[in-house]
Amino acid sequence: MDWSSWWATYSTLVLSIGVYGLMALSISLTLSCGLLSLANAAFMGIGAYVSAVSTLQYGLSFPSALLLGTLAPSSVALVIGVPVLRLSGVYLAMATLGFGEVVRVVALNLDITGGPLGLNGIPLFTEWWHVLLSVVAVLLLLQALRHSRIGRAFEAIREDETAARLMGIATHRIKLLAFVLGAAIAGLAGGLNAHYTFTLSPGNFGFENAVDILTMAILGGIQGLLGPLLGGAIITLLPELLRSLQEFRMAANGVILIAVVLFLPHGIWAPRRLARWLKKRSKHADA
Amino acid sequence: MLAQQIVNAISLGSVYALFALGFTLVFGILGVINLSHGGIFMLGAYAALLLVTWFDLSLWIALPAAMVFSGLVGLLIDVLILKRLRQRGAPHLMPMIATIGAAILMTSLAQGVFGSEARRFPMEWFNDETLKLGTITIPLLQAGITSLALVLMVLMMWVLKRTRLGQALRAIAESPRSAALLGIPVERLFHLTSFIAAALGGTAGILIGLSFNAITPFMGQPMLHKGIAAIILGGLGDVRGAVLGGLFLGITEVFAVTFLSSEYRDALSFGLLFLMLLWRPQGLFGASATRSA
Repeated sequence: MDWSSWWATYSTLVLSIGVYGLMALSISLTLSCGLLSLANAAFMGIGAYVSAVSTLQYGLSFPSALLLGTLAPSSVALVIGVPVLRLSGVYLAMATLGFGEVVRVVALNLDITGGPLGLNGIPLFTEWWHVLLSVVAVLLLLQALRHSRIGRAFEAIREDETAARLMGIATHRIKLLAFVLGAAIAGLAGGLNAHYTFTLSPGNFGFENAVDILTMAILGGIQGLLGPLLGGAIITLLPELLRSLQEFRMAANGVILIAVVLFLPHGIWAPRRLARWLKKRSKHADA
Repeated sequence: MLAQQIVNAISLGSVYALFALGFTLVFGILGVINLSHGGIFMLGAYAALLLVTWFDLSLWIALPAAMVFSGLVGLLIDVLILKRLRQRGAPHLMPMIATIGAAILMTSLAQGVFGSEARRFPMEWFNDETLKLGTITIPLLQAGITSLALVLMVLMMWVLKRTRLGQALRAIAESPRSAALLGIPVERLFHLTSFIAAALGGTAGILIGLSFNAITPFMGQPMLHKGIAAIILGGLGDVRGAVLGGLFLGITEVFAVTFLSSEYRDALSFGLLFLMLLWRPQGLFGASATRSA
């Protein structure tokens, strides 16, 4: 099979690996600040709809549509973040799941989003290098953030919020920053996603998607930045790889989720585990 | 007409409340968002259906048997998955992911075994016997469904409020560690809670299966969303809140369909949910804003 026909068959899959890598990075950002927020799929949906409506109905250029698709969910995150981030732990997870349902139902009922039919004929603007560039840019941003004051504040909040506040960290503002930045990344991913799938419908960004994204981050591991990318790739490829199981394909998916949680709690890419293992090996070598 | 709609609203609301009650019990006592509750709801409905159609049992035997079966499924999930995570002290999101795995597994198995098309209870039960209360006529089936849901709820709330078992459960909800120090068999009560919650969820499934007379492998997911909405409206982890939230959701849905149109059904209830999130994210009865249970 030559390159162009391979690309014609698999381009959607390859682009999805990048886009869901972005989504997994976005949720790992809020997780790294100790926030169990499941609103990322909804933010992705807002980004996808806003950018698709911009190009489809208002004829805006792709970059400005992507910019709007990034800004819209971050502003929504700013508004709902203030009350919702007062919650913590499972309570936050519940509230953000509820928010996701609200977004899905709104998309289902508005005219501008095409209601239950969704949007069709979205221009296919997304090229492979757009996705690659976005992933690299987000990786660089998150890497820089990790080693900054803010990144250390994230870690302090995750370990012990009360202690962090006593140390003078403006915990509410820092958490809001993580939430809004996560929404922006999800919105970017949504905008990219809308412009290669051709269609959008409200069901694309519902509960299943929220859980899928969480699974990607957990499967890959959130200790490093490579983990979420790896998890995104695996979960995106899994349905293709399990195709031979036919109707029991989803059952295998369920079993994998349970097994990962029970037996690989830190995910596949866990630098700390790797470091421990290497240390142990070198000790053996010494002895 | 209005009175009739009120009856419908209470009927639907009481089944939602029953489902939400099981959901919130696990949430409050085990501190776990059990995303397989929708799957158990679906399996409960199928269990009752199979007992009735394959084994020719009467509904009076099939109903309690299917309740116990759903309870056992919940117990199995607790013993095989949640217990290990508890012992490891795993963070909150772990049980969520594991139970969504369990839900996917259940849905997929049900789809593989029973097919995707909707299954029905034998029609001869749906004879048109009705209760007449003044000007309102209530189909006997609907009256039965509503009363069973209400009785189970009142029973559950009585147990929690007035018995030693309820006291022990409330102590665990407050702090499993101090409860264990007081000599409460925490681990056993976790199992019992999982069993009861799943039995309630399965019962809700049977009742929804009876009242809409359509059972599919995918019926659990939308119900799970309603359960989440109900417990956010009522108050996270609060039993009274879950019951009121469920009733409220049913009433909103029925009246939205009656007075607006069916398109607005979900929009209205989730719109209210959104306002609640902005105004009081902890819900009407939620104890405090920053509990990290």
